[in-house]
Parts: sequence; structure tokens; C-alpha cells
Amino acid sequence: MSEESCYHCGLDCQGKQYQIEDKCFCCNGCKTVYEILNQNELGCYYDFDQNPGTIPTEIKGKYNYLDNLEIAEKLLEFNDGETSVVSFYTPSMHCSSCIWVLENLSKLHSGIVASSVNFPQKKIRITFKNEKISLKSVVELISSIGYEPFISLEDADSGKHKSNKTLIYQIAIAGFAFGNVMLLSFPEYFQDDGFWLDKYKGLFRFLMFVFSVPVVVYSAKDYFISAYKGVKHKMLNIDVPIVLGISVLFIRSTIEIVFDLGQVFFDSLTGLVFFLLLGRVFQQRTYSYLSFERDYKSYFPIAVTKIGNDGKEESVEVFKIKEGDRLLIRNEELIPVDGILINGNANIDYSFVTGESVPVSKKSGDKLFAGGKQLSGAIEMDVLQSVQQSYLTQLWSNDAFKKDSNFGIKNLVDTLSKYFTYIILAIALSAGIYWFFADKLLVFHVVSSVLIIACPCALALSAPFALGNMLRIFGRRKFYLKNAEGIELAAKIDTVIFDKTGTITTNKNNHIIFEGSQLTTEEEQGVRNLIRSSNHPLNRMLYGFLPLSKEVEVINFKEILGKGIQGEINKTSYVLGSASFVNASTSAKNETVIYISIGGEVKGRYVFKNSYRKGLDAVFNTLSKAYELIILSGDNEGEKEYLQKLLPKGTEFVFNQKPTDKLEFIKQKQNEGKQVLMVGDGLNDAGALAQSNFGIAISENTNVFSPACDAILDASKFKELPQFLKLTKQTITIIKASFVLSFLYNIIGMYFAITGQLSPIIAAILMPLSSISVVVFVTFVTNMVSRK
Amino acid sequence: MIVIYLMIAVSIVIAVLFLIIFIKSVKAGQYDDMYTPSVRMLFDDELLEDKTLRKPKSVILNKNSKK
Repeated sequence: MSEESCYHCGLDCQGKQYQIEDKCFCCNGCKTVYEILNQNELGCYYDFDQNPGTIPTEIKGKYNYLDNLEIAEKLLEFNDGETSVVSFYTPSMHCSSCIWVLENLSKLHSGIVASSVNFPQKKIRITFKNEKISLKSVVELISSIGYEPFISLEDADSGKHKSNKTLIYQIAIAGFAFGNVMLLSFPEYFQDDGFWLDKYKGLFRFLMFVFSVPVVVYSAKDYFISAYKGVKHKMLNIDVPIVLGISVLFIRSTIEIVFDLGQVFFDSLTGLVFFLLLGRVFQQRTYSYLSFERDYKSYFPIAVTKIGNDGKEESVEVFKIKEGDRLLIRNEELIPVDGILINGNANIDYSFVTGESVPVSKKSGDKLFAGGKQLSGAIEMDVLQSVQQSYLTQLWSNDAFKKDSNFGIKNLVDTLSKYFTYIILAIALSAGIYWFFADKLLVFHVVSSVLIIACPCALALSAPFALGNMLRIFGRRKFYLKNAEGIELAAKIDTVIFDKTGTITTNKNNHIIFEGSQLTTEEEQGVRNLIRSSNHPLNRMLYGFLPLSKEVEVINFKEILGKGIQGEINKTSYVLGSASFVNASTSAKNETVIYISIGGEVKGRYVFKNSYRKGLDAVFNTLSKAYELIILSGDNEGEKEYLQKLLPKGTEFVFNQKPTDKLEFIKQKQNEGKQVLMVGDGLNDAGALAQSNFGIAISENTNVFSPACDAILDASKFKELPQFLKLTKQTITIIKASFVLSFLYNIIGMYFAITGQLSPIIAAILMPLSSISVVVFVTFVTNMVSRK
Repeated sequence: MIVIYLMIAVSIVIAVLFLIIFIKSVKAGQYDDMYTPSVRMLFDDELLEDKTLRKPKSVILNKNSKK
């Protein structure tokens, strides 16, 4: 780190404006945080990590709504009148210093009793005394040191849901029983008769029985439920033969105990359930800091400021906004409903919605759509539609979002198990008939043995382990899937649809083109100096684009909000801004431009263009070999020609699509029998992502937000997309190969079963052996394939 | 050999006890966050009583700082 970087956040100090002792800061915000921490004995913040801080954002007035008790109550986890507990999601948390300072909040304010951080989830839980500090002050306190919490509608709505730990309990009990039963079975493995067995057999077998009961009743519960549902829907899923195996194992062993006949299979039973649950755990890879279920509620604020008839400001809940209300939207606030701009300079950033990074200016009387973020000062607007009926949010009332989870989607294993179940039933029946004539005493023995050995443990394990392992491999390469089933869905895809803005373009580096008569170096210098003090996002972008230059004094500087800026440098007047402001002739094209005139003469304009992602043509060329490609965009056709040149022939282009149109377009493709993959980014793609067979959201920063989808792809890995899709197909092939392997084991076991030779020790060896070898096989091969 | 009954009884009671303790700890949320406690345990009394005592300490945890 150079001396010039900010002691707090590590950014460039830009001169020595803000200094304390030998430390320099990039802005007043960072300096203030340093002062707050230092005064409160928390200076060690800077020792754990270098430049750990983040710049605090301006929050004045933003959280006034937290004084509204009704709203505050919804956020609190616990409140007994004296003490309250609240949890916040704080996205800016990123290092060990953050943990340290956030856990020492009690030093900053005596009203805070305790605070604890859950780093993987980026959550902080704060306990505070109501009489000493209010909820609003708590939020303002943590915002003031750079950790602004993210509070959205979702927080108020969902309340306090708890994570499901049943699977952990189930596997704990199954594993516990498995270990103990195995130990108790040992004497029987090695001895057929003798003193030891005669004396303790009863006790040992009784104990094994006791251990197995909770395994069957509790741990294997889900398999019974799923098998029951399957049979009810006339679908023989993989759980049917599993349940058959479990029941037969349990019933036969119990009968043998009761009548003291000999062989018990409790060890195989508990082992089977344990391994099956292990597969489930392995398949369940959750990314706790990512969310795949977000809808507009996670973006929208809980409350906004309403201006009453008497001009009084008041916080109201977003759901209570009615048509005709007048709202005050402050700087950096989100517009929650559709409305008409009444007052102020609107500069609206729709990047959450469309992925378009360049903000749009609006004049009073213009229509504003929900989902945009106001960037320059406060505005007033009249509400046209309530939240649920707004242009964007009504998308969520579409049926695509009510899609029941994945019951009914046939996966590979279930398709196969239908035949499998019939086959083993047939084998059991014919073996039974044969032994009925050969030796009646052995009929029960043989039939139950067949059902036990046919229990498709290895079969049921190969898919979870292959898919689960692939999920981890993808996760390491920044392609995060919601669940393992997604791999199977992705493997079936034949049509890939891309959104344009934000998906195949990047908002990180817009490229800027100058059109008009070439500027001299001196003039460029002047422009750069002029826009130096402007905070308009477009000007900031242009500032970064222009070459570095010396500082020249600008006199008579004036910024007219919503129009442009002007000033004088070396006695020449510079004017920058919209066409009307500069007196330039406008072009018809819908482009984002800044016009410039120097010395009263219009010199030209800067055009802001989205730049396409690196490797875009390579991605499309690879994909075009195997998939039908479509660009589905909400924009106009302005860049169609350019795209046609860039992308392979046969790519279809559809422009001017509203969010609901996108959804319908995909539905139509699906009705044609296509399996559609949608790649999108903004909220306007949310409907399309939900409707598609597999939806991937591209995200520049996975810590921030992305719409509900099946997978999140880090934008930096966009060019690896074809490879990911190829891997999903290979995974399916691997699973199929592992099926062959597990059938071989079944055939070997079947030999013992049919001939009536199945003893507990053979079952106890064969079952784990087949399971483990299949698991090792799929894990090894998936790792190998993905390394290529 | 009657002692075997006692031994088995004791061993099972102990095993069941551990199972119960495990389930309780899961329920209490001990395994919810596997990362933060590992960092938290490295903090000790870093609170500074007096500014003048402050000396630049070596960076304790800097794995995140230079990525």
C-alpha cells in the first residue's frame, strides 16, 4: 500500500484534504469512521487487516421510518419492552476486522448489550436496551461506521423462519444405530454356534432391534413418505424399491428374533439408511450467502416517506401506498411503485431492473417505473399504481412463480427405477414359485432375500454423489447452482436464450466514443477539469475515461441539475450536457450522450455504449454447434446489425420485449417442445428465469443481488458457460455408467438370494462394498472430467 | 460373566448420552456458523485504554487483505 491510500478504506487519497496525524483519508466519511473508532477504544480495527473499512454512505433521513413502531416491530426478533433483539444483513462485511468491530458495538453505545456476527451469512445480531437506544439509532450507528444494513420488504414479510435441521438429526441417529448394531452383530459374523452366542444372543438381538426402531421410524421417514406419494401418483420412483427393501429387512429380522430363527439383518438395515442419508447430505450443498429465491421484495424498501395533504412527512409501509398518494423519494432511495414525477430532478438508475448501468433523466410529468433508484437529490412523485399492480411487480402474480417445486419432474433415477421395480418383483415372484415346489420352508426366506439384496442402495447413491460433487466443482469455479437436480435439467437443454443488457454486455466498463470534430489535447484537458467537480454518474464515467491532465482553474462553474454543466477555462466557455442545453441538434437514435460545446461552438458528443463481455463471440460460436441461440432483449433494435456481425449465423434476435413478453416467449418455445435455458440478470428477466427450464442469473458481484433463478454465474466466468453446460451432460453419462456398475453388484447378490444362501455376513459385506465403490467411482470420474 | 450385562448397559448409556448432547448442540445452533468462531477466538483484549499506548502491531490476520 502506498502512503497515498486511505488509511480506512484503501482508496486513493487524492491529495491531502483529510488528514489526522500521519494518516490520510480519501473522504470525510472515512475520516469520521476513524475518529469514532479511535475515540471509543476500537482503534485496533486497523490492526487485523490493512485498510479494512468501507466508505459510509449518506443516510440522513433514510431510516426515519424505523421510528414508526408498527414497522419496527416487524423487524425485531424479540422484544419484551425492555430489551430487543434484531438481525441485519450487512453486505459490506468482508474481513476479520469487520467481525471484530461489529462484535464490539457495545463500546460505541452503552445501549447496545451484545452483538454477534455470523460471517458466512453476513448477518449481525444485536441486542439492545430500548430505553437507551432506538432501533433507528442502532441502524444509524452501524451505518455511520460503514456497515449499512440492508433492510427490505422481505425482512418484514417472512419474519423468523428457521433452517431445517431434521436431516442432521436423522443422520445422527442412523449413524449412531449403525455403529452400535454393527458392533453387536460381530459375534454372529464369526460364529455359527457355541457358548457365546447361546448365552448372549437374546440380549444382543434385542438391543439391535431397539436401535433399529428409531432408524426405520424416524431416520427413514422421508423415504416412506416419498414412496407413498410416488405410488399414489402412479409413479414408481426410486424410493419404492428402497422402502420395500427397508421394510422387508426390518420385518424379516423382527420375525426371526421373535421366533428365534437365526439370521438378523439389522446391521444392513441401519447401514443402508445411514448411507442413503449420507448421500442426501452430500447432495445438499447450500451457499448460505447466496439466495436463489429472491423476488422484488428483497429489493424494495419496507417503507417510504409520504407527504400528507398538509405537507407533513410521514413514513408508511410500502404495501399501504394507495393510488394518488404523494411520495418523497430521497437520494439513493428506490422507487417502490409506478408514478408520475412531480417535482425535482430525477436521475434514475434502472440497473436492478434492466441491467442498464447508465441512469435515465426524467422531467416532471414523466412516468416513473417501480424498481429504479433515484440518484440526484430528492424528488416528489404521485402514485399511479399500488405495489402489487405496478408494471414490474405484477410479473410476480404470473403462474410461473407458483410452479410447485419439482414433484412430477422425472429424473433419470426415477425413470429407471420404474423398470427396476417391476423386474425385482418379477424375480422375487418366480423365485418364490420355484422354491414353493422345491422346498416350501425356504419360500419366505428366498423371497425376502431377493427383495433385500435388490434394494437399490448403490443406485440411489450414485446420482447424489455425482451431482453433489459436480455442484462443488461448479461452486469452486463460481457457478453456483441452487440444487443438484439443476444439473440434470441443464443437461437436457437444447435452446439457450440470452438477455442483452447486463447479460452479454457488462456495466463495468462502458466504452465511450467521441463523435464530432476532434478535440485538441488542451480542450480535452478543459473538459476533464470542468467535470471534475460534477457528481453526475455520467460525468464521473467520462472523467474516468478522459486521459489524466493537469489541474486548471475553472471559473464561473455552474451545474444545472438534469441539464448539464458550464464553466470558463482560460477565458473560453465550456458547456456540457443534454442537446437542448448545448443547443445541438438531436439525433433520433435512442442513445446516451453528452453534448459538448467549446467557445460557443458545438464540437460534438460523447456516446456511451455498452461494451460486450470478453469472449462473447467465442461463447456463442461454441454454443451454436449444439444449441439454438436467441437474444431476447427489452431494448430497441439499435445494435441488431452490430450483433448480427459479431454472433454466429442462425442466432435469432427478438427486441422490444416487456418482462411479461419475455415470459410468454419462453412459454411458447416450451410449447414447441424446447428445453429452454435462460440467461439473464435483472429483475425484468425474473419472469423468464422462473418460466425457463433452467434459469441462470449473471451477477457482477455475487454478494449483492440477483433475481430468483436456478443458478448464479459470476460474471467473470461468463466465457466458461459452454464448458459448464458440457460438464452437466458428461455428469449424466457418468451416472449412467455407475448404474451399470451397481447392477453388476445386484446380479451377484441376486445369485446368493435366489439360491437361498444369503446370510447376514454376505449382506453386510456386499451392501457397503457396492455403495462405497460406486461412490468412489463417480467422485473420481467427475473430478477427472472437470479437470480437463 | 454376568458383568457383561453391566458393561453393555453402561456403554449404551454413555453412547446415548453423547447422542443426546450432539443433538442438543445442533439444536442450539452450534454448527450454524462454522467460520466466525474461528476468527473470534483470536481476538483478545485489544481495546485501547489510552491512545498514546498505541503502537503499530504486526498484522495478525492478513489473509484477506491482499487478494
